[in-house]
Amino acid sequence: METTNIMIVGVGGQGSLLASKLLGRLLLSEGYDVKVSEVHGMSQRGGSVVTYVRYGDRVASPVIDQGEADFIVSFELLEAARWLSYLKPDGQIVTSTQQVDPMPVVTGKADYPQNLVEKMRAAGAKVDALDCLALAEQAGSAKAVNIVLMGRLSHYFDLPEEKWQLALEASVPAKFLDLNRKAFALGAKAE
Amino acid sequence: MKQLMLGNTAAARGLWEAGCSVVSSYPGTPSTEITEEAAKYDEIYCEWAPNEKVAMETAFGASLAGKRSFCGMKHVGLNVAADPLFTISYTGVNAGMVIAVADDAGMHSSQNEQDSRHYAKSAKVPMLEPSDAAEALCFAKEAYELSETFDTPVFLKMCTRIAHSQSVVETGDRVVPPVRPYEKNIAKYVMMPGNAIRRHPVVEERTRRLTTFAEETPLNRVEEGADHSRGIITSSTCYQYVKEVCGDRYPVLKLGMIWPLPVKKILDFAAGVDELIVVEELDPFIEEHCRCLGLNPRGKDLFPLEGELSQNRIAEKLGLPVVKGPALEEAIPARPPVMCAGCPHRGLFYTLSRNKCTVLGDIGCYTLGAVAPLSAIEMTACMGASVSAIHGFNKALGAESEHKTVAVIGDSTFMHSGMTGLANIAYNQSNSTVIILDNSITGMTGHQQNPTTGYNIKGDPAGKIDLESLCRAMGFERVRVVDPYNLEECDRALKEELAADEPSVIISRRPCALLKYVKHSAPLRVKTEKCRNCQMCMRIGCPAISIKEGKARVDATLCVGCGVCTQLCRFDAFESTSKEG
Repeated sequence: METTNIMIVGVGGQGSLLASKLLGRLLLSEGYDVKVSEVHGMSQRGGSVVTYVRYGDRVASPVIDQGEADFIVSFELLEAARWLSYLKPDGQIVTSTQQVDPMPVVTGKADYPQNLVEKMRAAGAKVDALDCLALAEQAGSAKAVNIVLMGRLSHYFDLPEEKWQLALEASVPAKFLDLNRKAFALGAKAE
Repeated sequence: MKQLMLGNTAAARGLWEAGCSVVSSYPGTPSTEITEEAAKYDEIYCEWAPNEKVAMETAFGASLAGKRSFCGMKHVGLNVAADPLFTISYTGVNAGMVIAVADDAGMHSSQNEQDSRHYAKSAKVPMLEPSDAAEALCFAKEAYELSETFDTPVFLKMCTRIAHSQSVVETGDRVVPPVRPYEKNIAKYVMMPGNAIRRHPVVEERTRRLTTFAEETPLNRVEEGADHSRGIITSSTCYQYVKEVCGDRYPVLKLGMIWPLPVKKILDFAAGVDELIVVEELDPFIEEHCRCLGLNPRGKDLFPLEGELSQNRIAEKLGLPVVKGPALEEAIPARPPVMCAGCPHRGLFYTLSRNKCTVLGDIGCYTLGAVAPLSAIEMTACMGASVSAIHGFNKALGAESEHKTVAVIGDSTFMHSGMTGLANIAYNQSNSTVIILDNSITGMTGHQQNPTTGYNIKGDPAGKIDLESLCRAMGFERVRVVDPYNLEECDRALKEELAADEPSVIISRRPCALLKYVKHSAPLRVKTEKCRNCQMCMRIGCPAISIKEGKARVDATLCVGCGVCTQLCRFDAFESTSKEG
């Protein structure tokens, strides 16, 4: 099969590494060749971060280039917009509607663009936007946004729910499993 | 068992499987995790050394003693370790010694993007270059075999995309070779001229033998392709990009051993294709080798000397189709990295900015002190340069600069190579003010212990160097400690030390706000009726504070209640959200 490309984008510190760990584990258990590329170091300090997850029969490059992503999973609206050109023409964006002001906006040097979901749709992208922060808080922790997003992403995959649950179990500490299960379910079931 | 592993984790696994016993490294992105992961194996003695030179010499000592050893560093760390490298090449090793060096094309977390392959060539040390995690594991093991067979240290060259990408690996068992007993051998190990003159021809002969090895080893392999109008020579992550773009269309010479390079293998490959193309990041290292062989490949006429390559960049240059994604017309504001909310460096940099100091900086999280709105740091070059450069700056300008110029350097960076600069200030007497930003950890690389923290790489209690005593022992009479959360204290200390007619050290001490043991105060909030929108609080560049509808606002999910903003507000508009507060 052709390689499928998933990008996870957000702001350093939002928990994208755990999401990519879960996806990597899930896809490997399905028998795919998998590559996951992470960002460490300076940009983790509140900067724009991107993680690439690729799977298929045989994956060569560890990174995803412009026009290649089947999915962009985003923790933050501006970051979804920033990486939009990496989406395939018929690709799907799954994004939290959370907004985190970058420093140029904080200091008043730039404005946070308005109506980004509509603008991305107008540019031709399929956008599934959801207030994942509210759902994560409902599950019990603002930090569970990553798992809410994974729950949402599971919609687009033809994989039985228990496979996701197994990967979830293997990826999060046991004491947070219930919370994360709840977060996953809220993401998966949200309208 | 098949599992997904980070390239660096796989390299560490390779060390373990190869029976490596001693690891000494200094952290540096993207190399850090090799040593962190190696430290998880109980069978390996692992440590953070104060710098890469010490690490390499420690690894050399262990090899000399007869056990397989390792040191890891980023590309610029190899500059620091270059001194031992060039001569260990002459002495050779006893047990196998492997040096990992991780390049950072694209400068994800570095101050330059130098190409470490030149070190292999100029120090005459063989270099293996994996193209994924599985190869990182295998090549680490192979490197030990080469090291012992050819009596040389061996490089394992990583890059950001190999180091920080996970791919599928198969692991094996640990096999510890017998200890190779240390034997006194002055002619081999004492590199004074009379002996070194005899070792140099040994090194040259070794390179000739390694070149023969390079012709035959499966580390360098030809992958056949149907279309011989082109043939591509490549290695490392570029090999993966080429395969992504071209699949099996063109023949590919995939080099796993990047120094010494084969001759006949390349000539034979070139003879079988119409157009020879070299795909490599940064410098034309393979390309120039090809030119020395009388070939005329395409290479840097197509691909840039700067930055990373990618599948699209290669496809475009090869005239292959590239799909364009959707695009927005409007500009997306940049999101540069920032000092975290509650970062102890912030208060100090605000003080420096307010006093209009000339600030010579160094390498670490605090380099972000150069970013607006603090915009305090005016120079950053390499580890330790702040302390050495302020001495030169003040010697050049005298009193004109002495009373307004400071050097800032982190605790780990100070131990790495700030101490020697400080010795120069003490010895040659410039009236310099050095500020050690002691956040009690090596921050930027992700929280590694260092000689001032009192803990070792495993988190166990270790020796602890006392910065105050160290500076005093060097001859500094004026050494004082300030809390960077206290702006008034910082301001007073800075003014007094700049005014003093002798050199001084200010230690700005508070642990990194991200450390797990650090207890935070409750977040602050803004009493909107008191906020006059003067925006004084915006001058510290705290990511938790923004202005919304003409009033300051605190993001409670980010704020750790450090209180620096409270000290700036003349209208008492910040208050604690805690019930007691």
